Amino acid sequence: MTSTMQANTRFFTFASPPRFYALAGKLIPWLWIATALLAYAGLYIGFFEAPTDATQGDAYRIIFIHVPAAWMSMLLYMVMAFWAAIGWAFNARLASMVARAIAPTGAMFTVIALWSGALWGKPTWGTWWVWDARLTSELILLFLYLGYMALVNAIDDIRRADQAGALLAVIGSVNVPIIYFSVKWWNTLHQGATISATAAPKMVATMLTAMLLMTLACWAYAFAVVFTRTRAIIAERERDAKWLSGVSP
Amino acid sequence: MTAPVFSAVLVRDLRLAARRRVDALLPLAFFAVAVSLFPLGVGPEPNTLRQIAPGVLWVCALLAAMLSVTQLYAGDQADGSLEQMLLAGGSALPVAFAKAVSHWLLTGLPLVLVAPLFGVMFDLSGRSIAALCGSLVLGTPILSLLGNLGAALTLGVRNGAVLLILLIVPLCIPALIFGSGAVSAVETGSSARGHFSLLGALFIATGLLAPLATAAALRIATE
Repeated sequence: MTSTMQANTRFFTFASPPRFYALAGKLIPWLWIATALLAYAGLYIGFFEAPTDATQGDAYRIIFIHVPAAWMSMLLYMVMAFWAAIGWAFNARLASMVARAIAPTGAMFTVIALWSGALWGKPTWGTWWVWDARLTSELILLFLYLGYMALVNAIDDIRRADQAGALLAVIGSVNVPIIYFSVKWWNTLHQGATISATAAPKMVATMLTAMLLMTLACWAYAFAVVFTRTRAIIAERERDAKWLSGVSP
Repeated sequence: MTAPVFSAVLVRDLRLAARRRVDALLPLAFFAVAVSLFPLGVGPEPNTLRQIAPGVLWVCALLAAMLSVTQLYAGDQADGSLEQMLLAGGSALPVAFAKAVSHWLLTGLPLVLVAPLFGVMFDLSGRSIAALCGSLVLGTPILSLLGNLGAALTLGVRNGAVLLILLIVPLCIPALIFGSGAVSAVETGSSARGHFSLLGALFIATGLLAPLATAAALRIATE
């Protein structure tokens, strides 16, 4: 494997499933180590170093999980749509596999963002859920993830499933801003929720450090899990290929 | 090349519907039954009913569109005529567009026509009923266009009908918000112009983009 790795590395070198399989296998342990170290540092600073908030007390500390998860949920949808579109447009097999591998992780971060938001909302707003623009559009984002996963799993033909999923992901990414703004205007027109989620407290430097570390931890985690899942998809789709028989899992 | 394909598919679909009249009336019957459930479930208070009427009528119209759209391509795919249409026309776009138009004529337009009746049953004022019809005229084509896209995406898929609702309903949310919002605005005495403008913008954008996406989905499904 090392000889093929060293042979002229070009832009598309790792678009080949065997090479990506080998590279991802080498990177995954390091990504897990990075995840553990960054999460440890981020949680330590967030829970022990960062000062208690003047108005929200210690309840605000869930921000160190909530905000990175919400960022990842939105970012991963765009990344998923991007790779799905690349896989569809250029018939790049690996890109479609990566798109498929991203979806469950993105959905998981969406659930974490919603869940931690509910846990945060109860002590600060006095309610688990408000039909605020951000919350509602995050919920709709979860539906978009679930729709993508359901569609690619319902179609048996792999090529067709990848292409249909790519089309849906692209349509979804066009719709996410439209949905966000329509829910936002709906909310302001209804005058229903009096609580605003936009009044963010000013950040102390330690809080910001903790949040950035946690975001990086989420990134490393997402890379590790997506790589692992992509390797599983490669192994599943290429199970009859000769190169796979000589490779350690 | 494209106009004959469009009109041929449209006329054929309308003729097929005319020969199976009961099938064509089913979405309307669904709408009537579903709308009638709400006063029974919520209670007969006229004030409550007037308040929930825009949302109820719009949600039921949305569900009626989503449930009826699943059969749009199923029959044509089963007997192979869909493939023939796509082979004959060169582009899938006129087929996709004709299907959306026929779906709207067969389910959207009847809904617009019976909506005033249900508006009266929910004790809406004349102005609100006019706003309801206006919002449905602009909004039901959006539902038909998006539902058409969902039908093409889930063509021949297991549990296609349920899957279609999961895929397409999130995309219909803006139409629902501004459609029912227009009626609520008139009901509470404020201007509905903003809602109508946004609904019109959504209609134009969907009309331009959804047939293209549907054509791509048809190509993927029949490849």
